[in-house]
Amino acid sequence: MKKTVLTVDDSRTMRDMLLMALEDAGYHVIQAVDGIDGLETLAANGADVVITDINMPRMDGFGFIEGMRADPNHRTTPCLVLTTESDAEKKARARAAGATGWIVKPFDPAKLVDAVRRVAA
Amino acid sequence: MDAFEAIKATFFQECDELLADLESKLMLLEQGQTDLETINAVFRAVHSVKGGAGAFGLEALVRFAHVFETLMDELRGGRKPCDTVTIKTLLRASDVLADHIQAAQGLAPPVDEERSAGLVHELELLTHGGEAPPVVEEDEDDFGFTPMAFDAALDEPLADLGGSGEIEVAASEAQTGWRVLFKPHSRMYGSANEAGLLLRELGRVGPTTVSVDAENLPTLDILVAEEGYLTWTIDLTAEVDEKVVREVFDFVEADCDLTVSPLGGAPALEFEEEPPAVLPASDDLDVAALLAKAAGAAPPEAPAPAPAPVAAAPEPAPAPAPAPVPPPVAAAPAPTTAPVPPAQVAAPVAPAPVTIRVDLDRVDRLINVVGELVIQQAMLSQRVLESGLARSSGIALGLEDLELLTREIQDSVMAIRAQPVKSVFQRMPRLVREVADMVSKQVRLVTAGEDTEVDKTVVERLAEPITHMLRNAIDHGLETPEDRVAAGKPAEGTVRLAALHRSGRIVIEISDDGRGINRERVKKIAIDKGLIAPEAALTDEQIDNLIFLPGFSTAAVVSDISGRGVGMDVVKRSIQALGGRISISSVPGKGSTFTLSLPLTLAVLDGMVVSAADQILIAPLPAIVESLTPQESDLHYVGGVDPVIRFRERFLPLIDVAMTMGFRDTPVVPNEGVAVVVETEGGQQAALLFDAIQGQRQVVIKSLETNYQQVEGVAAATILGDGRVALILDVDVLVTDMRRKSGRPDFKLAS
Repeated sequence: MKKTVLTVDDSRTMRDMLLMALEDAGYHVIQAVDGIDGLETLAANGADVVITDINMPRMDGFGFIEGMRADPNHRTTPCLVLTTESDAEKKARARAAGATGWIVKPFDPAKLVDAVRRVAA
Repeated sequence: MDAFEAIKATFFQECDELLADLESKLMLLEQGQTDLETINAVFRAVHSVKGGAGAFGLEALVRFAHVFETLMDELRGGRKPCDTVTIKTLLRASDVLADHIQAAQGLAPPVDEERSAGLVHELELLTHGGEAPPVVEEDEDDFGFTPMAFDAALDEPLADLGGSGEIEVAASEAQTGWRVLFKPHSRMYGSANEAGLLLRELGRVGPTTVSVDAENLPTLDILVAEEGYLTWTIDLTAEVDEKVVREVFDFVEADCDLTVSPLGGAPALEFEEEPPAVLPASDDLDVAALLAKAAGAAPPEAPAPAPAPVAAAPEPAPAPAPAPVPPPVAAAPAPTTAPVPPAQVAAPVAPAPVTIRVDLDRVDRLINVVGELVIQQAMLSQRVLESGLARSSGIALGLEDLELLTREIQDSVMAIRAQPVKSVFQRMPRLVREVADMVSKQVRLVTAGEDTEVDKTVVERLAEPITHMLRNAIDHGLETPEDRVAAGKPAEGTVRLAALHRSGRIVIEISDDGRGINRERVKKIAIDKGLIAPEAALTDEQIDNLIFLPGFSTAAVVSDISGRGVGMDVVKRSIQALGGRISISSVPGKGSTFTLSLPLTLAVLDGMVVSAADQILIAPLPAIVESLTPQESDLHYVGGVDPVIRFRERFLPLIDVAMTMGFRDTPVVPNEGVAVVVETEGGQQAALLFDAIQGQRQVVIKSLETNYQQVEGVAAATILGDGRVALILDVDVLVTDMRRKSGRPDFKLAS
């Protein structure tokens, strides 16, 4: 059974990159375009690992992670934050919101897949 | 690689959208709407460009976007004011960003270094508020190993185990192995990290020996699943850098106590191996129920870090009790480690997509097929009519319904290709800014009707004429600020670009509040250039239309803005090629308005079906003014040869279409035919002589050029209901060029 990765990113390019890298690595990928869409998609489909961007319209990555952690079904679903913003404050905020880990953009596919594998049960 | 290129293409597509969004948001800012959401949207657009550019290694683009983004970050943080100066700079920065994107795409030469650097400097100045900007360093890597100062704690690296979460760093030279002491805090579990996975990960680095101190573990009934009770000691026998070991704990560094010390170095705390944590479980203890309770409402598949059996073997995967033991995983992520509950199988609940992206070819194919359908339907109707069936017969009635349906399908398909003119309009603010800067004029661009829809092909081909006319409006139409003030107008000129639907066509209006057309000068230039006779008496309207003549340029000094050797005649021709018309109205001192009128689609046409010498022809309906039967008394012959017809107190040339097109050699007697008065895009009128009018019909345009070649006087062809091919006349060419070619003396501006 393939593992499902939910990617939440407002950039189509980024979603495509993630899709390519993750599908090549044998994951099943579902996508959402912002935090709200992400929560809805997660609720409807579930996921083994979630990867989310921080800067998104409607609901940003922090809000998304908080929302996800508030859902008992996804309290323990690993969630990686994908962002170019690497300053400590952002990291701390993401961590406080419940992020499992980070992937720094630009990422190479190997690194990405490695990070996903690390957090995936 | 192909997939990569495809994503890159997507990226550039997305860039276009982001730029459009950026532009419109900046315009909002310019109009004073400086709320956080708008600033955030600008930030996101730039941020997304940068993110994608980074992925494709587009260095120059990343560097520029980064500086832009940094300023936007200051603005959205409220640390810098979003004032007029800043917004102007942002607007120019967005232009340079667009250029960088073009360059990255290979569509344009690399951006002028000086220009880019200049703006970078300006942006940095705004970001850092006047001080010398510090060197901006991309610091993307700080998730990695963070070196910390060595301190005294090094001597007793394990002393504060279970302490405040501080991390001691031991000597970092590669040893034969490392001893890792790891005590997760409860917070670590709260972020869905798991000790078991980290140990598994460490096992990938090299052989490990894992032991656990479960001393603090309470009995199961009071156990809180997400509390950190356990301390792990892992001996890793691998010659790796300490950094590698720490990287494993990268994500959890702040949420655990972690020490890494060289194996065989400092005396490690030896924890006695606990018996496998199968707790003193009395028989009546329902472990599963307790676990469920302990883990709150966590789903069963979420492995709570409960008391774990200790794997003392090099086997790197001591999994928490309720989870299935993950087998050692090879390099590739094994998709088999955990059974996915059925609920997780993606039930494709789409988040209400509003649009889909379809390859244009597919739409065009559909349009072609529907075109064939229309023709087929017309043929069927004709057959039925010929068969003499009563109009009230079932077949005829059914056919009528079919006709309605066909028409509806056709309209719907056309609607797929319809696009708002926004995509073109959005490019214009930048143009206006640049041109205004170049000619030192103050210009405000007002747009209206951006959502007006028109066929995609038409939209694409609108950009150039609109660009040209806007340039003209600013360069020639508007006065300098001084002149404007002197004339009692505001220093800032206004150029208006509007789109609207009018009687089945799209109308684009470009107007300015400038000086209007200087008719004296236009006439003089036309005379100087030999375009009109010096003694010609022309109405104001005719003078205005002189600027559309080939080779006409009104600027006394040919500027580099609009004097690029492209005159209004080119604009006019490109509009005509789209089946459109262009007209001008001008009030001296008040300004000029150019009006473009275009068909909504290039695929169907309302036409008049006429016959000439046994040929069936289509005259485009929009060009037709009136049709009449010529009376002998209205006919005159210029020079005894060229027939003219009196029409509303004017004489119009009467063109025998059958002869002009070469269908027959001898002229017919005019009053046996039908004269159709047509008007060209330029406003010239003429009467076309046909044998008879057969009716009016919507026809599907089939290009002649694709399969044959361009034929003078013929715009395209169509297939009629009876299967015959009919040529669609190019009225303009027929009226102007072909008459001239026949060697007859021509009036310059016949009307």
